[in-house]
Amino acid sequence: MSRRVASVNVPTPVITASSLTKRYGDFTAVDGIDFEVTAGEAFGLLGPNGAGKSTTMRMISAVSRRTSGELSVLGLDPEDYGPEIRSQLGVVPQEDNLDTELTARDNLVIYGRFFGLPRAVCRQRADELLAFAQLEEKAGAKADDLSGGMKRRLTIARGLMNTPQIFMLDEPTTGLDPQARHVLWDRLFRLKEQGTTLVITTHYMDEAEQLCDRLIVVDHGTIMAEGSPAELIRRYSSREVLEVRFGSDRNAAVADDVAAIGALAERVEVLPDRLLVYTADGESALERVIERGLRPTTSLVRRSSLEDVFLRLTGRSLVE
Amino acid sequence: MSESAPADGVATVNTSRYADAAAIRVNAIPVGASLDERREAALAGARKPRRLGGWYNAEAFLLSMKAYGWTIIVGGVGSPLLYLLGLGLGLAAVIPVSVADGAAGPVSYVTFVAPALLVTATIGVASEEFTYPVMGGFKWRKTFFGIAATPVSPPQIVSGLVIAVVGRMLFVSVAYYALMVVFGAVPQPGLGMLSILAGLLAGLAFGLPLLAYASSIREDKGQFALVQRFIFTPLFLFSGTFYPLDTLPVWLHPIGWLSPVWHGAQLGRWATYGAPTPGWLLAVHALALVAIAAVAGYVAGRVFTRRLR
Repeated sequence: MSRRVASVNVPTPVITASSLTKRYGDFTAVDGIDFEVTAGEAFGLLGPNGAGKSTTMRMISAVSRRTSGELSVLGLDPEDYGPEIRSQLGVVPQEDNLDTELTARDNLVIYGRFFGLPRAVCRQRADELLAFAQLEEKAGAKADDLSGGMKRRLTIARGLMNTPQIFMLDEPTTGLDPQARHVLWDRLFRLKEQGTTLVITTHYMDEAEQLCDRLIVVDHGTIMAEGSPAELIRRYSSREVLEVRFGSDRNAAVADDVAAIGALAERVEVLPDRLLVYTADGESALERVIERGLRPTTSLVRRSSLEDVFLRLTGRSLVE
Repeated sequence: MSESAPADGVATVNTSRYADAAAIRVNAIPVGASLDERREAALAGARKPRRLGGWYNAEAFLLSMKAYGWTIIVGGVGSPLLYLLGLGLGLAAVIPVSVADGAAGPVSYVTFVAPALLVTATIGVASEEFTYPVMGGFKWRKTFFGIAATPVSPPQIVSGLVIAVVGRMLFVSVAYYALMVVFGAVPQPGLGMLSILAGLLAGLAFGLPLLAYASSIREDKGQFALVQRFIFTPLFLFSGTFYPLDTLPVWLHPIGWLSPVWHGAQLGRWATYGAPTPGWLLAVHALALVAIAAVAGYVAGRVFTRRLR
């Protein structure tokens, strides 16, 4: 085989999964999924809790064995080459598992050692990454004493100690306040700009829209849709969404009335607290609703988001 | 109008918040690298961890021990001091007869009891390090799951922990031995140094089954306190620690045979004062300790793998 097969023009697939399946007893967590991630891409797994995102991440990270199907990471089978694959991955787990008794800096240094990096390299790299994670002032603080957002940034810094080929982030910003999330997104965006391959799971659509070039929407262990955020919105939703509230006891009752505004309402979704009117033109749709004598207590016109895609595909909200 | 208001219809740009662009080297491999090059990097990246992962883990555990290094040092020196003073000066005074013979005739009580105390000290370290820290790694701090995401394997976490704990036991038993010599409890100071080795073996033979058990526990329901009370204490009392095993009725002897404390103490006694012991029995003591430790260490590795994979 020629080494020229993969040129710069043809992106190299770094992860390839086909019919990938994971069962725990009778429960099927991941049900025969197929996907490919290419080098330099930011790939997202979007889905609600329990959709099988983390299980998929764990199989890619060679810490959980697949039940059946094929999986190749960097051209290697995780079944036989666990340490080899893990040596090239950076992993940010859903739950921080820092050594809370150690300082921020020691957490990084010791983690680098697990990859066989010389101590001097670990120390230098730890200092660089503390700066990258904006934690220089906390270098000597115990991990336990850091705030939630700082712990998360430290975990991300830790995952970069080995200059990974693929950076795996399992719900990187869950549980963080908006400001901490933005700092984190900014850091991840820098990595993306430098060409790091990112694999991100999230149940936040804004996160997926900000960070992912391409994503799969996962529910009950199967892939519901695949594409870039913009593509998915174009394919599965309207341009705009009109949200109207009539009070929780009346929403369902007026839904038919709202739908009757005609072709402008492509689809009406009834949620417990509001109605979503999928439409090409939200302002005009709102005018029609009011013309029909309906008086919503509040109304909002916005662009379609991945949340709407998910609702369309599964009939459920992403975040309960 | 404030100073920052737009001039000529151009909005102001505020860059102060994220202005510090800390540049880091992220990619060890260029974005355009081929799959072959990427695979080669992976194959190379695992070579050292596959070989040395246990030592990296030992380094990490020793670093964690630094957090309570002071108690290790004070306990390691203070505890033998108290025991040797209490038993050597106190209890020995009310025991007028010699309880054992050495190579050169009857030996003092403190000489008899000291090698067994050394063994209980290493076992004490083992029962401290192979219980709660293990539970913490799996359940509380979950650090083992973080390590499991690196190239090192779960059994290498076990060997790292064992290396680190042997380090701590070595410190404790050397301190013990030095104080025993100071207290005149070691008639054969040269050969007696082998009692340190006996202490390490006994500590592992007691500690590794405990490690295997601790790593299988998912909920802390006070199991370790029960182990302390109903396993460690009986072994401590009925293993010929304070008096020879054959003082006890025959039906209690099996406790001693099963006990790492007894095997370790008997080896130590042969080393420090030449307690008459046939060669085959020395071999049995040593083999019993090595066998228990080896089997339990293997089982612990399996349990770690099952939980982390």
